[in-house]
Amino acid sequence: MSVPFYVSPEQIIKDKADYARKGIARGRSVAVLQYCDGILFVAENPSRALHKVSEIYDRIAFAAVGKYNEFENLRVAGIRLADLRGYSFDRRDVTVRNLANAYAQTLGTIFTETSKPYEVEIVVAEVGDAASDDQMYRLTFDGSVADEQGYVVMGGSAEAIDATLESTYADGLELGPAIALAVNALASDTAASEKGEPRQITPEQLEVATLDRTRSQSRKFKRLAADRLSELMTSGG
Amino acid sequence: MTHPDRLASLPAAFLRVGGSSFSDFLADHAPTLLPGGAGSGTGSTDTIEAPHGTTIVALTYASGVLMAGDRRATMGNIIAQRDIEKVHPADEYSAVGIAGTAGLAIELVRLLQVELEHYEKIEGTTLSLTGKANRLATMIRGNLGMAMQGLAVVPLFAGYDHQTAGGRIFSYDVTGGRYEEHSFHAVGSGGFFARGSLKKLYRGQMPEAEAVLAAAQALYDAADDDSATGGPDLMRRIFPVVSVVSADGYRRLPDAEVGEVVERLVHARQQRPDGPAAPLT
Repeated sequence: MSVPFYVSPEQIIKDKADYARKGIARGRSVAVLQYCDGILFVAENPSRALHKVSEIYDRIAFAAVGKYNEFENLRVAGIRLADLRGYSFDRRDVTVRNLANAYAQTLGTIFTETSKPYEVEIVVAEVGDAASDDQMYRLTFDGSVADEQGYVVMGGSAEAIDATLESTYADGLELGPAIALAVNALASDTAASEKGEPRQITPEQLEVATLDRTRSQSRKFKRLAADRLSELMTSGG
Repeated sequence: MTHPDRLASLPAAFLRVGGSSFSDFLADHAPTLLPGGAGSGTGSTDTIEAPHGTTIVALTYASGVLMAGDRRATMGNIIAQRDIEKVHPADEYSAVGIAGTAGLAIELVRLLQVELEHYEKIEGTTLSLTGKANRLATMIRGNLGMAMQGLAVVPLFAGYDHQTAGGRIFSYDVTGGRYEEHSFHAVGSGGFFARGSLKKLYRGQMPEAEAVLAAAQALYDAADDDSATGGPDLMRRIFPVVSVVSADGYRRLPDAEVGEVVERLVHARQQRPDGPAAPLT
């Protein structure tokens, strides 16, 4: 009789985490940052159909990197949760904290209880009435949550982009400069730093959306189309 | 709603692939939250006394469609509410007016609003106007059990269709039958009188101001002959809710604007109580 091969729990967790990290590192990055009127989401995403950034509720939006089918699954679940809460209680009772908790528990359960973890990293953010009320939560594949301030970067070259943003980001930026800043940061990823100069990213390769607290509608989420984007980037860049 | 064993982790229903309908999700995951979900199947044949909404009119005009409703809810011979709102936005480009059991109808409107927004968020695009009208038909059909107990909901749905670049109106029966109306329609207890009035007042491609006046006249005529429909209340300054849906989206007219139209109308009726006379030929 053969003895089953023993693998320590530490090794199993480490292997799963490495597997998830590798999957996430393959994709392009997403930057989420606060600007004077709310929260800005900038993703490098040439697809018009497969979104990386989307609306969850009135004041809440979602951004993700990694495996599309997996984060799409979480996005839909988030919309269902938010709409269910809003319908059974009131629209004001839908909070990003509740959503982040549900995601954290779900990702944590999937990470520990299944053999294949989700290869995703997500940010959920809620715009408040003032910049100090804005909330951003970053969730990783194992269900850990980080409460973020200012800016968040996720995806393949997150470290390089994070470094660029750290030296250039300032509080209270206008929308145009904030977009220009995020795009410059995304262009300074590892692939670019190997060649020594930043890549060129055109507005068509970007998916940009905002949670704008100055919008008169109750739904604060708004996508920015490529033409509006080039306008803003030239005025602010 | 929550699973006792996994309190915070999302239950499987949330992670199920496919399905962009919120009402289907509710039916699957939390059926008691559906309008009438807790009450249907009581088996009782007794009818229940509950407030009823009364008259809603809708008409197409030059830049879209207009919907208006009186402000009264009745319960038998009692006026249950004087300032109820019976015309609501379903989404940015459509409106829904409610006649029938007010409590259920308001829940139905809330569900429709979430349904349309839910679809839009999940699919990244809005439903076609006919698609929205069909979703509402399904919801009304789901209420058939309650309708049999006397708690019927008969809404009127109208919206701006980007494909035809004009307004369209849909009416319903208690079984969920959906019928497209041309030019104008009215539902509720005073609906017959309002429709008769509109028949004489309606012109195709009216400008907005004339459409508002025609709707106000029709509601006045309904209130004139139907005790359950509320006329304009000049003492309390309660006026009909008038909303327009055009290419610019849904807009509820401010009370001051409607009030002005109504005051002119009432003044004219002091000369001729039956309203404007239509030519014989």
